[in-house]
Amino acid sequence: MTTVAVKPATMAQALTRALRDAMAADPAVHVMGEDVGTLGGVFRVTDGLAAEFGEDRCTDTPLAEAGILGAAVGMAMYGLRPVVEMQFDAFAYPSFEQLVSHVAKMRNRTRGAMPMPLTIRIPYGGGIGGVEHHSDSSEAYYMATPGLHVYTPATVADAYGMLRAAIASDDPVVFLEPKRLYWSKDTWNPEDPPAVEPVGRAVVRRRGSSATLLTYGPSLPVCLEAAEAGREEGWELEVVDLRSLVPFDDETVCASVRRTGRAVVVHESTGFGGPGGEIAARVTERCFHHLQAPVLRVAGFDVPYPPPMLERHHLPGVDRILDAVGRLQWEAES
Amino acid sequence: MTVMEQRGAYRPTPPPAWQPRTDPAPLLPDARPYRVLGTGAAGGTDPDLLLRLYRQLVAGRRYNTQATALTKQGRLAVYPSSTGQEACEVAAAAVLQERDWLFPSYRDTLAVVSRGVDPVEALTLLRGDWHTGYDSRAHRVAPLSTPLATQLPHAVGLAHAARLKGDDVVAMALVGDGGTSEGDFHEALNFAAVWQAPVVFLVQNNGFAISVPLAKQTAAPSLAHKAVGYGMPGRLVDGNDVAAVHEVLADAVRRAREGGGPTLVEAVTYRVDAHTNADDAGRYRSDAEVETWRAHDPIVLLEDELTHRGLLDDDTRAAARDAAEAMAADLRARMHEDPAPHPMDLFAHTYTRPTPQLREQAEQLRAELEAEASGSEADAGAAAVREGDGR
Repeated sequence: MTTVAVKPATMAQALTRALRDAMAADPAVHVMGEDVGTLGGVFRVTDGLAAEFGEDRCTDTPLAEAGILGAAVGMAMYGLRPVVEMQFDAFAYPSFEQLVSHVAKMRNRTRGAMPMPLTIRIPYGGGIGGVEHHSDSSEAYYMATPGLHVYTPATVADAYGMLRAAIASDDPVVFLEPKRLYWSKDTWNPEDPPAVEPVGRAVVRRRGSSATLLTYGPSLPVCLEAAEAGREEGWELEVVDLRSLVPFDDETVCASVRRTGRAVVVHESTGFGGPGGEIAARVTERCFHHLQAPVLRVAGFDVPYPPPMLERHHLPGVDRILDAVGRLQWEAES
Repeated sequence: MTVMEQRGAYRPTPPPAWQPRTDPAPLLPDARPYRVLGTGAAGGTDPDLLLRLYRQLVAGRRYNTQATALTKQGRLAVYPSSTGQEACEVAAAAVLQERDWLFPSYRDTLAVVSRGVDPVEALTLLRGDWHTGYDSRAHRVAPLSTPLATQLPHAVGLAHAARLKGDDVVAMALVGDGGTSEGDFHEALNFAAVWQAPVVFLVQNNGFAISVPLAKQTAAPSLAHKAVGYGMPGRLVDGNDVAAVHEVLADAVRRAREGGGPTLVEAVTYRVDAHTNADDAGRYRSDAEVETWRAHDPIVLLEDELTHRGLLDDDTRAAARDAAEAMAADLRARMHEDPAPHPMDLFAHTYTRPTPQLREQAEQLRAELEAEASGSEADAGAAAVREGDGR
C-alpha cells in the first residue's frame, strides 16, 4: 500500500506556493512591493520568489504605496499581471486614490479596452498583538467600490486556490489575507493542491439547523468554535464561509438562512457602516418571511482598532456570538 | 572659528555605504528657459519640421477656440482650454513614435488629437457620453486623467514593463504645475529614477492651478529643479517656443529610448483662457498680465521666425488657416449630432463577467426600459387615435 505524504501546511505557505506556481505558469505575473524581494516579505509570503524568478519578477519597490499601485496599473496596461503586496492593512491607505480612481475604474473608463488584471494582497485584521495601524479591517471600503473584487480566504486550501483565481482574474482583486490565520495549519499537499469551490460561491463549513452564522476570513475559526460550544446549549449552528465579499453569494447565504430561520453576521470590522449591515439587509430583503428573528450582527466595536492589550475585548469572540444566538430565540420563547 | 576647526585633528568616521553624488550639476536645469526661435540656434532647425509644427499650431489654436465655443452652445459640459499652450501639446505628440505611449491630463485633449485620435472621440469625456471615447490601446494614449498626477505612476509602470519585455517604448507623461505638488508626482519621479524607466515627464507650467499662482504652489527655484532630488536631469524650456520644446523633448525621448532613464522637462508657458468656462480668471490675474503673454504667443513666435527665414508666404499661411477651418467645421458638424449612449452600457464594462448583483440590476433597468418603450408605443397609439378622431 502506498501512502501519499500529506504534511500540514500553514496558510502563509499555501499563499507562497500559489504565488510561485502562478509565476511559473505565466511569465506575465510580477510580484512587487516593499520588502517582498530579499526579505521575502515581513510575513515571508514572498519567500524565495526573487531567488527563483529574479528581481525583475519579484521586485523590492521604493516605500510608497501609491507609487507601487500606480506603477502596477501601468504594468497591467502593458499586459503584465502584477501582484502587489501592501505590507499591512492600514499601509494601503496612501494608495487609495489609485485603487478607487484608476484600478477599479480603468476597464469601465475605457469601455473594456484596458482590463486591470491586478491582485492587491493585503494582510488584514487583528488578533496578533500588532500596534496601531497594523490591525485594520478595511473590507467595507473595498466592497463599496464598484469594479473591485474582494476575496478573503479562511482555510489553507482556499488561500492557495483563491489566490490562484485572483491572479488569473482579468479584473482587479483586493485579496485580504487574515493575518492571524497565517500560521493556521491544515493537511494540504502542495504538489497536488485540492480543488476548491469557485470564487463567488460561499461554502457551508458546518451544517446546523438552529441558526446560521455568516462569516469570513479571520472570524471563521471563531464561529466554528462557537458552533461547537453552542451544542451545550442545544443549538446546532450552521456556519457559512462567504469567501468573497464581491461577488456576494446571495444564493448559498439565503438557502442557509431559509433552512435555519435565523442569522448572525460575524466579522471583526466595525458594525456601523460595516459589511454586516449590507449582508443583514440583503438577507432581510430576500428571506424576510423565513426569518424568526431579526438578523443580528456581531462585529468589532465602532472604535479605531484598539491597542494590543485591549484587542481581545474588541474582537468578536465565542461568548459574544453565543450571546447573539441566544437573543435570536425570542420568538420561539414568546 | 567653526566647531570643526576648534577640534583640530578630529576626523569623524564617515558613515558606511554613504555615497552622495558629488556632482549634481549635469542634472540641474539651465537658469533660463531654453529658447530656439529668434536665437542663433534657430538656423539649425529643419524647415520642414518647423512648417509641420506651424500647421499643427494653427490647427491646434482653432481646435481650442472651436471646443470652447461648443461649451457655450451646451455641446460640451466643460472644456479646459490649452490656448497659449499649443506648442507644448503639439510637440509632446510630435516627438513620439507610433509604439510610444502618451499619458495626458485633462487639459491635454489637443495633445491627444495631435497624436492622431479623432477629435470627436477625444471629446466624449467632456461631452459626457462616455469617459474615454477613443481606444486607448490602439492609439497608445491613456485616458485623459482628471485626478492630478495620478497618471504619472502609470506612465512609469508601463515604460518599465515595456523595458522588461525588451521593447524600446517610451512613455510621455503630461502634468501641470499644480500637479507637481501632488504625492503621486513625487512617487512617480522617484520610481522612474530608481527603475531608470524610459519616461519623459513634461510639466506645462502655465502659471496657475485654477487660481493659485506658482509662487504659492512651490518654493523651488523652478519645477525643473525638482529633478535633481530624484537623480534625473531637469530641463527648463520656453513652453511657447515650439522649436525649443520639440528639441528638448526629442532629446529626452532619445535618451530614454537608449536606456538613459527619465527626464523632467518644465515648459514655461501661460494659460491664456480661464481654467474652464466655469472659472472667472479676472478674480486672480490682471488683463495686463494676460496681454504680456499674448505678445509671446507660440504661433506669433513661430510666424516671426518663419517670415524672417523666408519660409512663410501668404499661401502657406492661408493653407494652414484653411485646413484648420475645415477641421473646425467638421468637428462642429459632428458635435452637433446628438449622441445617444445606450442605457444598458451602464452595466457593460464594470467587470469582465458581471456579478450576480449587477446582473439583477441590469435586469431591473431592462424591464424599466421596456416599460418605457411600451408606454411610448401606447402614447403613440393614443396620439394616432386622437389624430384619427380629428379627421
